[in-house]
Amino acid sequence: MNKSIVQMKNIKYAYEDKMALNNINLTIPTGSFLGLVGPNGGGKTTLIKLILGLIKPQQGQISLFGQDITEFNDWNKIGFVSQKANSFNRGFPATVKEVVSTGLTAQVGYFKFFNQGHRQKIIEAVDLVGMSDYLNQNIGDLSGGQQQRIFIARALVSDPKFLILDEPTVGIDTENVQKFYQLLHKLNSEQNISLLLVSHDVGTMTKYANGVACLNKSIHFHGNTSDFTNLTEHQLSQFYGHDLNIVTHQH
Amino acid sequence: MLTHFFQYEFLQNTLYTGLLIGLIAPLLGSFVVVRRLSLIADGLSHVALAGIAFGLFLEKRYGVLFLTPFYSGTLFSVFGAIFIERLRSIYHAYQEIAIPIILSAGVGLSVIFISLADGFNNDLYNYLFGSVSAVSRNDLYGIIIIATIVIVILSIFYKELFMLSFDEEHAKVSGIHAKRIHFLFIVLTALVISASIRIVGVLLVSALMTLPVAASIRIARGFKQTILFSIMFGELAIIIGLISGYYLEIPPGGTIVMVLITSLLLTITLKRVWLNMKRKRAI
Repeated sequence: MNKSIVQMKNIKYAYEDKMALNNINLTIPTGSFLGLVGPNGGGKTTLIKLILGLIKPQQGQISLFGQDITEFNDWNKIGFVSQKANSFNRGFPATVKEVVSTGLTAQVGYFKFFNQGHRQKIIEAVDLVGMSDYLNQNIGDLSGGQQQRIFIARALVSDPKFLILDEPTVGIDTENVQKFYQLLHKLNSEQNISLLLVSHDVGTMTKYANGVACLNKSIHFHGNTSDFTNLTEHQLSQFYGHDLNIVTHQH
Repeated sequence: MLTHFFQYEFLQNTLYTGLLIGLIAPLLGSFVVVRRLSLIADGLSHVALAGIAFGLFLEKRYGVLFLTPFYSGTLFSVFGAIFIERLRSIYHAYQEIAIPIILSAGVGLSVIFISLADGFNNDLYNYLFGSVSAVSRNDLYGIIIIATIVIVILSIFYKELFMLSFDEEHAKVSGIHAKRIHFLFIVLTALVISASIRIVGVLLVSALMTLPVAASIRIARGFKQTILFSIMFGELAIIIGLISGYYLEIPPGGTIVMVLITSLLLTITLKRVWLNMKRKRAI
């Protein structure tokens, strides 16, 4: 039986008087590539914040790698690519190498400096995302798709076992979105990195992920991708609270 | 041309101070600019002016000598930095409002202390526009201590400060103590401003922190190179400013800023020419 990376039991979370998440029970097994879908305001980002320990649930229990989140301190095992990552200041004078190094800052710790081993890890992470030719380029000079790869490298440099990506393909053209998903698939199948991907691009995501969870305040569906694509439009519309058509890109 | 600067003690004080602030102002200024906090330097320099006026007032009225204008300016500037941070957390959605509040408070207090000290004198003029002859050995020791603190702390927290500057949200998610690091940074900024005022003056001090970076950012590759080029522009401007200030008998602040503006225009032009050549080659 697979050990779970994330286990959420009876989670409730409200912002002041507004319920954001209600009775969430979700298990993410090791090795999975789970797509998280749902309407805006459905609680996806709140769920991620709970997993990252940035906010605490008002009710329920969260376990990470089999350990209660209140006792968990091995945060290097979890990498995160925010939906805001590509809204950074493009004029910022930082090379790819410098940006990726920030993924190691917390791991190295205060009062310590990067050593040769860390520098090697940075080169390897950039290589893994296929961007080694751009190590000394300013990040602002790269295209949106290339920048997103660098942010993945930044998340990968600390050797995470679990990578969370919050709408990482916003603002990236279709061709690069495909390449991006291929990279995620490679990380999942070859590097054994478990993935949780929040995306509105349901059609593309279901081609690469092996599981889907549909969240709208509570989990309305959690199963494999083929079961999800077999859902009727009526069922999907109920989950989303509005009409929904899944569009699959043919390339 | 520099021989006089090694001959007389007062010029040695000025030269060493100049070289030190030519190093620390652009060094810290690189972080100030990329964090889009350039106007904080202006706000804090005006608070430092209030401190200087307070020191001059105490000296003139009560003969207090232990709290020199340099030290009172430093003290006011550091308290101003702490106050700015408080205001920024209170007015979370309008953080920039902290700058005009602190700036006007600085000017208001300056006017009061200047008036109480019976007006505008030559010493205050030097503080406003900088001076080649106003740095005492005591001031130099204070500036050496400040430069040491700034360099040591920036070296220790470089990677955290860089991370915070590039992506604050990511830094917070990674467990970096963003508030503490930012507080340290803002106090360092206050110290650098008070150290720089003797040479460039209150009104032009923010220029020494921001203009070299503005020039450097056009041509540098990466953040470390941005810092390196900024320091080179800063030192060049300081040396030209001090030499011309001494020989032409003018405050060095004006020349320093004009040299920095020239470097800025040159880098903008050079970058444009280089990009045009690159475009033509591509066609």
